[in-house]
Amino acid sequence: MTNVRALLCNPAAIAWDAVPCRPVADLVSETAAALQTGARLCAWFGVPDGANTVLVAVLAFDAQHQVGIARSEPHRGPLPSLTAQHPQAQAFEREVFEQYGLEPLGHPWLKPLRRVTGADGGPIAFYSLGGGEVHEVAVGPVHAGIIEPGHFRFQCEGELVRNLEIALGYQHRGAEAAFLAAPPAARWPLIETLAGDTSIGHGLAYAGVQEALGGFQAPPRAQYLRAYALELERLANHTGDLGALANDVAFAPTSAVCGKVRGDFLNLTALLCGNRFGRHWLRAGGVRWDLAGDRLRDSVERLHAALADVESAARWLWASGSVRARFDVTGTLSGEIAAQLGLVGPAARASGRTTDVRADHPWGAYAEMPVAPQVDRHGDVAARAAVRRLEIHETSDFLARLLHNLPDGPLLGEPATLPADHLAVALVEGWRGQICHVGLTGRAGQWRHYKVVDPSFLNWPGLAMALRDQAISDFPLCNKSFNLSYCGHDL
Amino acid sequence: MYTLEILARRLRLGSQTMAYPRGPAPSLPDRHGGALRLDSARCTPGCTACADVCPTAAIQVGATTVLDQGRCLFCGACHEQCGTGAIQPTGDHRLAVRHLADLRIGGDYGAELRRAEAMGSELRSLLGRSLKLRQVSAGGCNACEADLNVLGTIGWDLGRFGIQFVASPRHADGLVLTGPVTDNMRLGLEKTWAAIPGPKIAIAVGACALSGGPYGSQTAGLHGAPGTDIPFDLYIAGCPPHPLTILEGILRLLGKVPGIDT
Repeated sequence: MTNVRALLCNPAAIAWDAVPCRPVADLVSETAAALQTGARLCAWFGVPDGANTVLVAVLAFDAQHQVGIARSEPHRGPLPSLTAQHPQAQAFEREVFEQYGLEPLGHPWLKPLRRVTGADGGPIAFYSLGGGEVHEVAVGPVHAGIIEPGHFRFQCEGELVRNLEIALGYQHRGAEAAFLAAPPAARWPLIETLAGDTSIGHGLAYAGVQEALGGFQAPPRAQYLRAYALELERLANHTGDLGALANDVAFAPTSAVCGKVRGDFLNLTALLCGNRFGRHWLRAGGVRWDLAGDRLRDSVERLHAALADVESAARWLWASGSVRARFDVTGTLSGEIAAQLGLVGPAARASGRTTDVRADHPWGAYAEMPVAPQVDRHGDVAARAAVRRLEIHETSDFLARLLHNLPDGPLLGEPATLPADHLAVALVEGWRGQICHVGLTGRAGQWRHYKVVDPSFLNWPGLAMALRDQAISDFPLCNKSFNLSYCGHDL
Repeated sequence: MYTLEILARRLRLGSQTMAYPRGPAPSLPDRHGGALRLDSARCTPGCTACADVCPTAAIQVGATTVLDQGRCLFCGACHEQCGTGAIQPTGDHRLAVRHLADLRIGGDYGAELRRAEAMGSELRSLLGRSLKLRQVSAGGCNACEADLNVLGTIGWDLGRFGIQFVASPRHADGLVLTGPVTDNMRLGLEKTWAAIPGPKIAIAVGACALSGGPYGSQTAGLHGAPGTDIPFDLYIAGCPPHPLTILEGILRLLGKVPGIDT
């Protein structure tokens, strides 16, 4: 295993020359073999190399707490498809094809990933079903609420959805290309808006990549405060999701309380850094502002109050028979399919998968204070709600330990300059799941390539599969139970 | 029995909706900073310290220094760098204007922004007591969207002003745009605007919608509202604007903020 890929701990850097380099067909077959033994595909992307493209594979070996990296020899033209054996590669291969024209032979559904029209400017065909009772429902890109755009195409037989195809790309801003071209001061805001509800998660991954490359670490106090901010982001979004799920089944008490308490968590982030989404606070090498004295005492007090409010609102939700009737056995996704699709985060853990970067590949404060993955085996809306509630509890315990043991010391170290021709990977468990950033420097230590994999990139197909043979009226509820990012996918 | 617990809690809590705008506005978090003030007379000639650290090129240093709060992300880097106190945060949440140029400060623009006036009395009589809005996110990162959604929660209760976000443009009196307007959303945005029956208003929320924000650079080349043909009536600055800033902006337009000209 070790001779075909470099094995590192998260986050880590390696000289580009030291990344094992294989003929492209071997990279595909060796990656397939690793996935067969239970590794997960974190990233699979192209790096331009003259007229050719170098493919890079990033794999997570959770049980070994290691990240594996390998690359292909420069290549152009077709290559064998990984997706044919491992569906979790499907979006990665479509992306590489769309960006660099490397055609994965045998890919079952090689459609554009982010383009919304065909090469001729016309519409792109959707998967369709025949038969007398079959009808098609098209929704979006503009949806019926305050929500990002995307297109859903349902093939229904009567009330039941037999197939859902999700077509995204409407949010594509060219974030990765803009990052490479941006002057240094302009990079952080691009990272912090990759998925705006995950500003801290993506920001931490970006910090991790830079710190791994530079061979330095943020001071201990900064590491702890970063974990506090990442967990506040999780609490705000999980609370918002419980409220939104309650709202979708017309259970007003929990919806009303969670809608407000979500704001309480965002306000705690704003107390820390001024911005409700945690922007402008993280830096390579640490953080900009401290949480100390009255500000810390005030935060702890407000945190306890907010957590107590969420718990009582969640209790009502689980005590209500009518809520359970809507949540139970709705949008069920088996552990087997979750594994095949490479799902991450609460959506994976609700189908019995134990993957959690904080436990499997911990760094920063998580390396000192373990977090236990919260798992449910039922795979339905109820399970995805339950995992969020369990994670709120786990985070509550974690933060109690964290804030009680805040180390003293500086907040920001002097960042080193980035070395030339090095690659770094950082994984972060954001509230939606694993965030993967890969940065590659060029000959002058400048950014040569930067790849972002938001958890939604892997999880959208999970929603499509959860809708199979469900009533179409349950789509909003199922959608909310995943609550995926459009811009995080579209970049 | 949870029903009794809910009722007991509900009675204990009373109304959770803030007193604003009849009472005082809630204060912004102390590290937020709010609207900026730029006193160009205090600039050191030749100094570009603020412009050098600005992530969105919102500051232009020419004969005088001018800062465009339509591009600003309110990261605080400029006033952190400024050695003379020429740029300072005011802590003021009010960041809504009728014209984009009103967000520029410094030099001939003056030290502070020119806040929005209410719309004309005819439109106010039509929309002032019942305003239905259709929201379109066109590359928004879900932060502006989230803080628009917040206005519907019990603390803010947008409904008490007769303002509501609706599910169809055919039911709407206006459009709220977020995001820098991606190429792939241009058509969806134009169609949504066309589907709203007149008379109608348009509101742009957040740095991306006002200028492209972080995506307004040459490489990304997205410019938000100014890159569309839609006539916008109100621009609300921030990344994202605080919910209070958004609410105050919409209420200003409707002439419902105490002390502004109706």
